[in-house]
Amino acid sequence: MKNKRSLLAIPYVGWMAFFVVAPIIMVVIYAFTTADFSFTGENFTRMGTFTVIFTRSFKLAIIATLVCLLIGYPLSYAMAKEGKGFQRVAMLLIMLPMWVNFLLRTYSMMSIMENNGLINQFFAAIGLFDLINNVFGTDIHYFKMIGTQGAVVVGMVYNYLPFMVLPIYSTLIKMDNTLLEAAQDLGADTATVFRKVILPLSLPGILSGVTMVFVPSVSTFAISRLLGGGIQMLLGDLIEQQFLGGAYNPHLGSAIALVMMVIVVACMWIMNRFGEGEEQAVML
Amino acid sequence: MSLNKKNSLGNRILIGVVFFFLYAPILLLIFYSFNAADSSVVWKGFSLRWYAKLFQNQLIIKSVYNTLLVSVLATLIATVVGTLSAIGLYSMRRKFREPLLTINNIPMMNADIVTGVAMCLFFVAALSGWNYLASHYRLIIDLFGTQYRVTFHQLSLGFGTLLIAHITFNIPYVILSVAPKLRQMDKNLVDAAQDLGCTWPQAFFKVILPEIMPGIVSGALIAFTMSVDDFVISYFTAGSSTSTLAMQIYSMTKKGVTPEINAVSTILFGVVLVLLIIVNVREIRAEKAAAKRVY
Repeated sequence: MKNKRSLLAIPYVGWMAFFVVAPIIMVVIYAFTTADFSFTGENFTRMGTFTVIFTRSFKLAIIATLVCLLIGYPLSYAMAKEGKGFQRVAMLLIMLPMWVNFLLRTYSMMSIMENNGLINQFFAAIGLFDLINNVFGTDIHYFKMIGTQGAVVVGMVYNYLPFMVLPIYSTLIKMDNTLLEAAQDLGADTATVFRKVILPLSLPGILSGVTMVFVPSVSTFAISRLLGGGIQMLLGDLIEQQFLGGAYNPHLGSAIALVMMVIVVACMWIMNRFGEGEEQAVML
Repeated sequence: MSLNKKNSLGNRILIGVVFFFLYAPILLLIFYSFNAADSSVVWKGFSLRWYAKLFQNQLIIKSVYNTLLVSVLATLIATVVGTLSAIGLYSMRRKFREPLLTINNIPMMNADIVTGVAMCLFFVAALSGWNYLASHYRLIIDLFGTQYRVTFHQLSLGFGTLLIAHITFNIPYVILSVAPKLRQMDKNLVDAAQDLGCTWPQAFFKVILPEIMPGIVSGALIAFTMSVDDFVISYFTAGSSTSTLAMQIYSMTKKGVTPEINAVSTILFGVVLVLLIIVNVREIRAEKAAAKRVY
């Protein structure tokens, strides 16, 4: 009887073979071949020319992940301490932005940060630029934000912060209150309780939040295109250009995608070692 | 969790500031959908003109239709296939189950762009293979003495490949949310039902399905959200003829977004907000009713 039931998975196993495994094999084949499909390692050696983009991608993604963690953890903690009704509303408010397309939200972000956008209008209205010009003898009328790496990081944090909050929050709220009370009864002060009990117990949530923010940040191409003003190219932009953009070369694109895949898998493997034995935090 | 301490003012302010940061762009977007001017910088008074224009914009209407159609179809198919596969996988021996679950996790783990380009390469190769066969061979069927000539259509990237891609990245989420419910379920229940004379389909519909229903529902919801929100994978698999709302917006961000897009997003946002409020109010009521029953 038992074996018969496992037959239910057969269609999906076939599906995965076709649409999950075969595409990845295609990427590997493309990565190691030239345009006429003879073997080459050249696609990988050529990547040296893109060192700047690789470093920039990882730098911005790491900064965005850290910022998300630094905002997301205290936020989840504050939310977890609130009453039930408040929590329900806060959860709803965290999820809701995901229903407005991220491109549109990013576009809106862009119009806020533009040279004549809301932020600069606000600074002008409170006389900040006049003040600066008087003090330093400069002549500025706006802060240039679009096209800077800072703007790209802000965009990443804005888009992916919920991915950090959700897993951390769900580990915090499941935490057993009696453990915290026991720690306090045994003489730990608030800081020690946090360091020795709460933080280790929420580690799975942190790890899953970090991966859920880092992976899309390091591979994005829309955010960098909109907020980076086209000059802050990231790995995602590079791959996209090899497939659908001007620099058409799917072989090079596949090689970059393969490298990215290997790095992501390696990161996850290291992460899983850290949180070994811990239950995987629920996503969403 | 609680440390028996009320939230400090600082915590409240933190929550407020973060929510302001999250919502400012969205509120601005909604605000400018009612703008009379065709800019999102200058305000020229209240008007519904962009809502009227929206319904005449075939490109946007078509892309919203595509988004909803692909999301609904992909969610339905992924929910059915995912649920059955989860049951199948959990009846397997560990030796087979573990590697299959690892493969199942690949689309969730991988960056969207990697999944997107991988599928793009695969679809292009598969379709060119098919098109080669279609242009070189014809199937001749001899039926009841009459010969039928079957010609094959040339295929290209489009709605079909988009749907396959969406189903593929949705199924893992369904499996992931059904699996814990299966693990919680008492395995003896099914055996008991069958001992008492249930056939296997009866046992499935009357015992297993009600037990794992909450997992199926949340899996379907996650799948639908993922489908509606997806841009990157769609962008690489839909080809040039089919376009989802996200793809439409992306192509407009290059030329300048018109407030019609603000209008359509405001409508979608409003619908989701109302749905979420209804669901939550019903949950609160159910919880209160359950609490009353206890006492």
